Amino acid sequence: MSNATGIDRRGLLARMIAGIGAMTLGGCQKLSDTTWFPKILGFGEKATQGVQRLILPRKAMVREFSETDPRPFRSNGTSLPNNPAFLAMAKNGFADYRLIVDGLVEKPGMFSLAEIRALPSRTQITRHDCVEGWSAIGKWKGARLGFLLEQVQLKPNARYVVFHCADPMNEDGSSPYYESIDMEDAFHPQTILAYEVNGTVLPISNGAPIRLRVERQLGYKHAKYVIRLEIVENFSGIAGGKGGYWEDQGYEWYAGI
Amino acid sequence: MADLTCALPEKKMQYRHHLPVRLMHWINVIALVLLLMSGLNIFNAHSALYWGESSYGKKPSLLEIRGVEDNEGNLIGGTTRLFRYEINTTGFLGASKNMDGDLTERGFPTWITIPGNQWLALARRWHFFFAWLLVANGLSFVTYSLLSRHVFRELLPTRQDLDSIGRSVVDHLLLRRPKGEEAARYNVLQKMAYLSVIFMIAPAMILMGLGMSPALDAVFPKLVSLFGGRQSMRTLHFFIAWALVAFVFVHVFEVIVNGFWNNVRSMITGYFKIPSELDNE
Repeated sequence: MSNATGIDRRGLLARMIAGIGAMTLGGCQKLSDTTWFPKILGFGEKATQGVQRLILPRKAMVREFSETDPRPFRSNGTSLPNNPAFLAMAKNGFADYRLIVDGLVEKPGMFSLAEIRALPSRTQITRHDCVEGWSAIGKWKGARLGFLLEQVQLKPNARYVVFHCADPMNEDGSSPYYESIDMEDAFHPQTILAYEVNGTVLPISNGAPIRLRVERQLGYKHAKYVIRLEIVENFSGIAGGKGGYWEDQGYEWYAGI
Repeated sequence: MADLTCALPEKKMQYRHHLPVRLMHWINVIALVLLLMSGLNIFNAHSALYWGESSYGKKPSLLEIRGVEDNEGNLIGGTTRLFRYEINTTGFLGASKNMDGDLTERGFPTWITIPGNQWLALARRWHFFFAWLLVANGLSFVTYSLLSRHVFRELLPTRQDLDSIGRSVVDHLLLRRPKGEEAARYNVLQKMAYLSVIFMIAPAMILMGLGMSPALDAVFPKLVSLFGGRQSMRTLHFFIAWALVAFVFVHVFEVIVNGFWNNVRSMITGYFKIPSELDNE
């Protein structure tokens, strides 16, 4: 083909292809920096949450591994909280530690470490999946969160458990880590307030004295250095309002994938 | 479809690709490019691959891409290790220039990732949005091609096709272009490549991706152990992605050597010009 219209058409096609290529490379970066486009992209993760909650039986359990599997569990995120009050408590073997449980409950309370250890417990060897991509297997022992919540008696409008932590995320000691889960995960049998890892008392690097294990979600949901459980109906008024430290930085609240 | 061939004066035009196929093809192009690039940004968050359930088991990583520092802790380059073989990949893998032009430690370089800067949260948004689009598009394609019998008519190799595999391999290696009647339908290697991408590689890709979900692990526990564990699935997801890239390279190469404009036009307008037996172009 060598007629004029053919060449025009080819030119048009070439421009179209070049245009699409340039749009893909340059445009994606521009779109990433807007506020509206990431929100549209967020529908993908919302769809994941909807579908996973639809097909996931409420009590579906994650796999548990055998005694031969556990390896030294790595520390990630904060390994030593930059918080004088916490460090003083740690020096004293957490004898003064009290887990505050308040918010939308009939009987708010404070639990010492001994009281938490006296609650019905569960031991599980599970795989920890980090949002970054790595996995580590650990053997965890802790109090069943569902049992604790039954003790404090949830009010009818209680929808989420917010985990307030002792580790500040900013160097100046501000912006403490926090996380949240809904009641479906809170009452799951494998959701525990862990105080032991691989058969020893939970070390500070892994979140002493108490860290959350919420096995069907990614690592950032497993709050470390938990000092307070606040039962809420929604997240407004708590830090960035998205239900977690990383959620406030753009990560998805539901971390099932 | 071959039976819709209409003879125009001097050149034979074939209405080759129906509108739904053309539309779904270009949706695939967009989704796959964006999935690859956002996937590489996600990979960069932990630029090593393992086999098994854990990243901290007895065996070392299979692949590791990392930065190299001098004695004072300054980044001086990047290195890539596959099994025991390690090579210097400064500028491309392990260490490359960031958006401001400074050498930074990162797995894949900024020009091949979405977003260009290291930003896991947003890369995941891109990835899962276009993963859903790819799944929806793939399911539509399979439904359409089964109902319209596209799979049976144009994609499934015939008995005759299977007997001619050897000759087809030689034709491809010699870059011999099919003409006339032969050019009016897909050749056997082409059919097998398309079928394996549609029914094996793409579904495997999606399956390996889903296998990394801790929630789905609770629903399909056997699936993850079948492939050796979550880290194995991450590794397979990574390498199958490159298998798809290899397919795209071969696909585009064949498009170029078999008449670039004719092929591209047929995927836009639907019409493909059949090279005549006498044509020596």
